[in-house]
Amino acid sequence: MKTVGSSRTTQKFIWIWTSAVILFLYIPMFAVILASFSTQRYFRFPIQSFTTKWYTKTLESLSVRDLLWTSISVAALVTFFSVLLAFFGALAFARYDWKGRKLYQRLVLLPIFFPQAVLGLSLLLWFSALGITTSWQTAVFAQMIWIVPIVILIMSIQAYSFDPALEEAAFDLGATRWQVLREVTLPILAPGVVSGSIFAFLLSWGNFPLSLFSTGADQTVPEWLYAKMVSGYTPMVPTLGSLTMSSAALMLLLAYLVWLATGGRKRRAQAFTSSED
Amino acid sequence: MSKLADWLKNPGVLAAAPASIFLLVGFAGPLLMVFGYSFMPSRTFALNHLPTLENYYSVFSDSYYISFLWSLFLAALTVILLFPICYPIAYGMAKLFGKWTNLVTALIAVPLLISENIRLFGWVLVLLKNGILDGTLQSLLGISLSGFLYTVPSILLGLVYVYLPFMLFPMVIGISMIPDPLKEAAFDLGASRWQVFREIELPLAMPGILIGAILTFILAMGSLAESKILGGQAVVMIADDIESAFTFAQNWPKGSVLSVLLIALSGLIVFVLFRRIDLDQIIGRR
Repeated sequence: MKTVGSSRTTQKFIWIWTSAVILFLYIPMFAVILASFSTQRYFRFPIQSFTTKWYTKTLESLSVRDLLWTSISVAALVTFFSVLLAFFGALAFARYDWKGRKLYQRLVLLPIFFPQAVLGLSLLLWFSALGITTSWQTAVFAQMIWIVPIVILIMSIQAYSFDPALEEAAFDLGATRWQVLREVTLPILAPGVVSGSIFAFLLSWGNFPLSLFSTGADQTVPEWLYAKMVSGYTPMVPTLGSLTMSSAALMLLLAYLVWLATGGRKRRAQAFTSSED
Repeated sequence: MSKLADWLKNPGVLAAAPASIFLLVGFAGPLLMVFGYSFMPSRTFALNHLPTLENYYSVFSDSYYISFLWSLFLAALTVILLFPICYPIAYGMAKLFGKWTNLVTALIAVPLLISENIRLFGWVLVLLKNGILDGTLQSLLGISLSGFLYTVPSILLGLVYVYLPFMLFPMVIGISMIPDPLKEAAFDLGASRWQVFREIELPLAMPGILIGAILTFILAMGSLAESKILGGQAVVMIADDIESAFTFAQNWPKGSVLSVLLIALSGLIVFVLFRRIDLDQIIGRR
């Protein structure tokens, strides 16, 4: 790696600084995990004695099961519909050339640049004006306003590297538009679909500001955590927090392993096509 | 007429349609409605009254400017603090880390996928009286530092912490757009390091830095959780005011006016700066 104008000391400083900031980013996570193992009802440090009783209690709690089920349902539906919309949205963003594209690119990304709490409140107003009772289903809609643009952005990165000649070749060989979509476009964008799904699921899983105003009587895990943090604190807060974090980490790890496996296949495929040339 | 029909047949238009219609219904619709409600008489719940400016008058004559100023101040300070924090990391990720860049990116991005309020709650545990920081200092040095939670600096810590990746990642893209030969040439011509930074690096990396700064600023302007979880009652930010107008006070028109003002301010900043940025160049670069 060629580095212009940065001396050894500067390089060393950049490495140390980066490591320190990364550690800083993980401090609160460690704090939550630590607190989940403390015996005391109200957190004190240094911790006197450790226990796993809060985990047993949390896992046995029926209301926690309800929360988890609501969160999973919301996240699953958000993922499915967001990826569906964003697949075409990303093609329009990056692959096709059409009049109005520049405007579309700007407008479609606007919701990302929008304070989520204000968006959630506007949606609350919107739902009540339309006579829709808010529940976890409306939360799916609300979260998608923010998540669809993010997935479009993620999938566009993949779509930019798309070679239009591949689609044209398929058309020339007599494929229908549907066949081209299924046999050419979808496989090429598959890595984008996978990473888009993971992001959609996890962003929904952890979302708070949009859920807060759009779930009505239902409650997702982040909402419950917030409610208990503000009033009625229970040691199940750090415990459920730790469980949520570890499930997200587990999912990322799984995704990484899948990526490693398919990445290897892709490299082999590339080697194969280049030997064909 | 056939021109329109031709345009509608373009695959790009067809592909853009589902997401566009969805966002029209779910994003443009609610915002238009909030705009409409801001002109309705106070404490009404329908849009069929005669438009009035009374809410705007009452908001401007009330003390809401204080929470606006707090939000502006804290958001600006967040961006200012994040610039020197992120620049070395962004520089490292763009020019120095090589094969380690992916790992660094992943380590910084992973917290984004963990609920914001769990992470903020972690800071509460750190900063709490008898919490991790206080407890450690007490047992090691015998000093107590219990007054930090629920103050303006702790809100600022939360904002800097939560929005760091939003400032950092666009900055990395910006810095990686600086061609190295240009810097070499400048050094050969006798430029000092500061001159190279100011005359070459900064202007060339500016699109990325700007996107990051706008994103951070706007999200921090409208943030709710940081001031609630880490700030206690120390400061009321504008999103707090909007929330209480819509929920506790049940005054939709007032909440709408505050939202419109926040959106107008943020939107103005985004639009002015976005016009100078080419998204194809930035996202499609990889």
